[in-house]
Amino acid sequence: MYKIAKKRVLNPTVTMMDIEAPLVAKKGKAGQFIILRVDKDGERIPLTIAGCDVENGTVKIIFQVVGATTMALNQKNEGDYIEDFVGPLGCPTKTDGVKKVCIVGGGVGCAIALPVAQEFHKLGAEVHSIVGFRNKDLVILEDEFKACSDKLTIMTDDGSYGRHGVVTLPLKEALESGEKYDEVIAIGPVIMMKFVVATTRPFNVPTTVSMNPIMIDGTGMCGGCRLTVGGKTKFACVDGPDFNGFEVDFDEAMERSTMYSDFERHEREETCNLFRQEVK
Amino acid sequence: MAIQPKKHEMPVQEALVRAKNFKEVALGYTPEIAVAEAQRCLNCKNRPCVEGCPVNISIPDFISKVKESDFEGAYQIIAQSSSLPAVCGRVCPQETQCESKCTLGIKFEPVGIGRLERFVADYHNQNYVGEPEVPQSNGHKVAVIGSGPSGLTCAGDLAKKGYKVTVFEALHLAGGVLVYGIPEFRLPKAIVQKEVDTLKKYGVEVETNVVIGKTLTIDELFEDGYEAVFVGSGAGLPRFMGIPGESLKGVYSANEFLTRSNLMKAYDGHSHTPIMHAKTVAVVGGGNVAMDAARTALRLGADHVYIIYRRSMEEIPARKEEVEHAEEEGIEFKILNNPVEILGYHNPDDRRDPKNGFVTGIKVIKCELGEPDSNGRRRPVEIPGSKYVIPVDCVIMAIGTSPNPLIKNTTEGLDVNKHGGIIVEESTGKTSKEGVFAGGDAVTGAATVILAMGAGKTAAKAIDEYISSKN
Repeated sequence: MYKIAKKRVLNPTVTMMDIEAPLVAKKGKAGQFIILRVDKDGERIPLTIAGCDVENGTVKIIFQVVGATTMALNQKNEGDYIEDFVGPLGCPTKTDGVKKVCIVGGGVGCAIALPVAQEFHKLGAEVHSIVGFRNKDLVILEDEFKACSDKLTIMTDDGSYGRHGVVTLPLKEALESGEKYDEVIAIGPVIMMKFVVATTRPFNVPTTVSMNPIMIDGTGMCGGCRLTVGGKTKFACVDGPDFNGFEVDFDEAMERSTMYSDFERHEREETCNLFRQEVK
Repeated sequence: MAIQPKKHEMPVQEALVRAKNFKEVALGYTPEIAVAEAQRCLNCKNRPCVEGCPVNISIPDFISKVKESDFEGAYQIIAQSSSLPAVCGRVCPQETQCESKCTLGIKFEPVGIGRLERFVADYHNQNYVGEPEVPQSNGHKVAVIGSGPSGLTCAGDLAKKGYKVTVFEALHLAGGVLVYGIPEFRLPKAIVQKEVDTLKKYGVEVETNVVIGKTLTIDELFEDGYEAVFVGSGAGLPRFMGIPGESLKGVYSANEFLTRSNLMKAYDGHSHTPIMHAKTVAVVGGGNVAMDAARTALRLGADHVYIIYRRSMEEIPARKEEVEHAEEEGIEFKILNNPVEILGYHNPDDRRDPKNGFVTGIKVIKCELGEPDSNGRRRPVEIPGSKYVIPVDCVIMAIGTSPNPLIKNTTEGLDVNKHGGIIVEESTGKTSKEGVFAGGDAVTGAATVILAMGAGKTAAKAIDEYISSKN
């Protein structure tokens, strides 16, 4: 059992938790993930590590309430326990030789992008961050991004905060105006990463994407998380989750992510008390 | 007394009933049947059956006890050689091991050694109330990586010698392939749990949710005071065929399909883990895992389940009983067929059609048997122009697994062969790294439970000698 040491609601659908897991905290690096089960009959879900506190032995996770499992996790409070917590899994984000980097985050993906931005900042690289959200209410981690970015651009789809538009807009402007990034790192919905890659490709800027497909074990055992990268089958859990964006088959990844849509919709309705209420 | 030529039949659930539930297929001998079957044993002086057992159980001795209705006595004899008798009695391929050497088998059917072993172990589990004698600690710490058959056996043997053993398991539950791979209807999970609990009584500690190679490394285990490490991490990496369409929705590795059903309990309806309830399923492969996947798909509600195997029924590698059970339950064998492509649905007019990207069929080519290959099995040769499509909505690839590279990649000085298997000295399980031993599928690639147990046993003995020689 693993204790929830801290819980903070970041926005109506996104929650941050510090989980007591000293062994994971000691080893976890930016870009890696953990797998957890909320309770005994729960499913195993992967969540990217949003930070590690070695001293207190805690691992930070940030999740969006999207399905039955994240809904159950969100019901838990500080001092409660979750059943299982294992990691760190996957390969850390590569930081070697990068002097100037552009981090592009979308929605809850910003939670994963933050530790990457912090890592580059700590290593002395120049960090430009572009983070996008649907609207003002969903903006998360603004202060944290400010602290580790030399330049921060916030975008909203509806223009209710920051700049109006999608993340690729300022990215394209920057590249066109002659910004020379050693690397662009995109973390967010698959469709966003696909368009980031389409934006950087003409400029030939090395672009890394962080994939988050359906997983079970996270150790290479099931192959459920397989992707086609450079024409070859790769397992996101052991070969990734970071991949060269120019080589990833995004359309296939998007297709595969919908395998259990019907089941998940049903599960969510089963779990959500709102759906159980009688309409008067 | 005249010898009864045939083994006593194993009572089983009726085929059409069991094909709709996940309860155990075989129901086990009654004490009366067990005694009668034991009486078929000739108690030969040269004991050929013992030679056929990878852990050398004193088979005629335990059977003699069964003859006398001393079932607990029989259990104690088996327990001297095997840590997991209730498991082995169910999943060992006895027909190629102990029973293949049985003298009675020359003229008649061999003694049902596996069925007797299972009976004796179940009898013990149901009736024995005493606590095992816990040996005095010798103060030495050993780490075991992986809680599958080889790891549990190694841990059990060392604990009985007084070692302080910690088993590290990557998943949330101990048992390895016994819990994630082999289905409930063939090996009830309560039996595995019972065996794990027995080991815990001997002082074995099980640390779940620790991935060696990620959470901790082997070198860190040594720094932590473990004097030897046994690697029994199995062959977890699933293989795919590399044919077009393997990324379609509805294509599973057998590992994923079985893990969802077994470990994550998708079969029982209360689980939050989804699994596809397909109506028509093709399972590619002819081993035990293929049979398990096919019979699981059937129980999840499929109307048609096909085993697609490129050789003939003669070469099929699965345990005989599993093939028979599968046939009885209505699994359809498409032998001498090799898949060339998996076909999917694509609606060119509607990108949002929910059926897009799901499997619709598997294209196969017919084969005939040619010359034997290096293993002596006749090689399948494709017949030109014989391709055809079998309509299915799910494809499960059960064509084998490779050793997991996580440990190799994080352990300096640990040599592996070109298939990724850890290289060991066969008689001891010793690896190229001082103090590290290995066994089971992590060494051999996918094999059987009992061979893994044999390797765990060998390594336990060698670890004991290694630590004793140092002190």
